[in-house]
Amino acid sequence: MMTSVNNAEMAGSDSAMIELRKLNKWYGDFHVLRDIDLTVRKGERIVICGPSGSGKSTMIRCINRLEEHQQGDIIINGREMTNDLKDIEQVRMEVGMVFQHFNLFPHLTVLENCTLAPIWVRKQPRKEAEAIAMQYLERVRIPDQADKYPGQLSGGQQQRVAIARSLCMNPQVMLFDEPTSALDPEMIKEVLDVMVELANEGMTMLCVTHEMGFAKTVADRVIFMDEGQIVEENEPESFFNNPQSERTKLFLSQILQH
Amino acid sequence: MIVNENPVAARPAPASNRGIWGWMRQKLFSSPANTVLTVVTGWLLYIGLTPVISWSFIEADWFGSDRSACDGGACWVFITARIEQFIYGFYPEDLRWRVDLVFLQTGLLLLWLMPQSMPGKKWGVIYALSIFPISSFFLLSGGLGLEMVDTHKWGGLMLTLVLALVGIVAALPFGVLLALGRRSEMPVIRFFCTTFIEVWRGVPLITVLFMASVMLPLFVPEEVVFDKLVRALIGIVMFQSAYMAEVVRGGLQAIPRGQYEAAAAMGLGYWKMMRLVILPQALKMVIPGIVNTFIALFKDTSLVLIIGLFDLLAIVQAGLADPKWLGFAIEGYVFAGFVFWFFCFSMSRYSQSLEKRLNTGHKA
Repeated sequence: MMTSVNNAEMAGSDSAMIELRKLNKWYGDFHVLRDIDLTVRKGERIVICGPSGSGKSTMIRCINRLEEHQQGDIIINGREMTNDLKDIEQVRMEVGMVFQHFNLFPHLTVLENCTLAPIWVRKQPRKEAEAIAMQYLERVRIPDQADKYPGQLSGGQQQRVAIARSLCMNPQVMLFDEPTSALDPEMIKEVLDVMVELANEGMTMLCVTHEMGFAKTVADRVIFMDEGQIVEENEPESFFNNPQSERTKLFLSQILQH
Repeated sequence: MIVNENPVAARPAPASNRGIWGWMRQKLFSSPANTVLTVVTGWLLYIGLTPVISWSFIEADWFGSDRSACDGGACWVFITARIEQFIYGFYPEDLRWRVDLVFLQTGLLLLWLMPQSMPGKKWGVIYALSIFPISSFFLLSGGLGLEMVDTHKWGGLMLTLVLALVGIVAALPFGVLLALGRRSEMPVIRFFCTTFIEVWRGVPLITVLFMASVMLPLFVPEEVVFDKLVRALIGIVMFQSAYMAEVVRGGLQAIPRGQYEAAAAMGLGYWKMMRLVILPQALKMVIPGIVNTFIALFKDTSLVLIIGLFDLLAIVQAGLADPKWLGFAIEGYVFAGFVFWFFCFSMSRYSQSLEKRLNTGHKA
C-alpha cells in the first residue's frame, strides 16, 4: 500500500530526502536553532530527543515551514524551501505531520478528516479518496469509527486517525511531533504499534519523542538536542549504552531512572 | 487489602420525575413559606394578566370597516381594516400580486433550506442566490415588460423585509471578508479593514442614513445620484458588516492555532483553509452573536423613517394620524411590536436549533 516508499533497501541508498544546512532560527533575540546540519536519507527512521526547550519541535516544524527559519537551507526531496508559496505547498503535500494534540478537525467526521486534503489539494475524486481513506483507517484499526466525529473518540483513537489522515496524502516523509505526549498511558501503545508498523514498511520518519523503547526498536539514528544544537547523533545501540557527551549522559540518566 | 471479584451490573437510574403533582409538591409547596409565596405570586399574575387578556382577546373587536365596530377592549379593526397598507405600503393595488409572488418565493425557500434534511438543498442555495434576488428585483421594481413601480411607493412590512433581507444576506459575507482582512498578515489590507470597521462602527446608524439621503446628493453630481432606497441599503449594509466583522473575528480568534497548522501542514492554501477548516468552526461558534446582529439589524430597519421611507412602523404611525382613526395608538404599536417580535423570535429559535444541529460535541 505504501507505493511511494515501500522499499526497505532504499534505506541504505544515499538519496537525501531532507537536508538541513547551517539552519539558524531566532524567536526575537532568543537563538532557538543553532547551526543545525542534518541529512535524512530515504527510508531512514530518526528519533529526536532532548530536554524541553531544546528546539527539537521547532526544528521539525521548520521542515514543513510551520516555522520560518532565518538562516541556512532546507532542501526536501531536491526542492529548496523558499518564501515561494508554490514551493511551500508542494513540500507540505509530500510531508505528513502528526501533532502532539492531534489537531483533528472537530466539525468533520473521521472519514471527512481523511479525505479533505486528498480531495481539495490532490484533486482526487471523492469516491477514490474515500476508498483510500478507508484502507488507511483499516490499517490503524479504526474503520468502524469512520462516521463518528473526533470528539466521540478516545485520545489514542484520535491520534491514529491523525496518522491515517496524513497517510492519505501519500507523503514521502512523516514528521511526528511528540505524538504520544498527550495520551493516557494505556493508549500510548496502540499509537506506537501503528508507528512501528509504518517504520517497518520503510516510511521515512522523523519523530520527536520521549519513547525510548520506540527509539530502540525502530530508529536508525537517535539525535540528542540541547540548547538549539545537535549534541549527539548515533545509532540507538551505542546512543543508549555508550553516550559520549556529558549532556547526553545527564539527560539519559534523568529519563531512564524510573 | 480489598479484592472485589463480584462486578456490579449496571442498573437504570432511579426515576426522578414523580409526575406533575410530585413535581409541584416538591417545587411549589415544599414548606408553608413556599406555599404562601406560590399563592401570592399566582394571585399577582391573575390580577395582572386578566385585564390584558380580556382587553386584547375577550372584549376585543376584530372585524369591521370603521371605528363604529369597536365597543370597549382592543380595536383590532384598526389593524384589519388597514392590513393591506401595512403590508404593501403605497404599492399600486393591481400590482400587489408581484409582491405576493416574492413573499411566496421567500417562504418556499425558507421551507426548503431551513430544515435539516431536504432534497436538493444545493439547488435551493443556488436558486436563492441567483434567480431569487434577480426575479425579486424585477418583480418589485418593474422592468422586463413589467410596469415600473418607484421605490417611494414601497412601504410597510414589504419594505421592512426587503431592507432586512438584503442587509442580512449582504452583511454576513462582507463581515467575514472584513474580519479576515483585519487578521491578515498584509499590512495594507489589515489597515484598510481596521479603518473601515472602526469608522462605520463608531457612527450612529441614524447619522449614516442621514448622510446617505441628505448629504450624498450635495457632493455628487445630480445625474449620478441614485435611488434613496438603494442609498439607505448601502448605508445599512456597510454599518452592519462592520458589526458582523467584529463578531466573526471573535470566532476566528477562538480557533486554536493547531487547526491552522494542521490545515497548512496538509498543503491547504489560505482560502481553502479558511473555507473548509477555519470558518465552518468559527461561524458555528459565533452563531449567537451573528443572530444577535441580525436581530438588531431587523429592528434598526425602522430607522429609515427619518429619511422618509415608510417601513412597517412608520406606516402604522402614519395611520394613527388619520382623523377617522384617532386614538388607536396602543393597538397600532402593539401590532407593530408583535410583528417585529415575531420575526426576531423566529430567527432566535432557528439559531438555537441550528446550534444544536451543528454541535459535534468537541471543541478543537
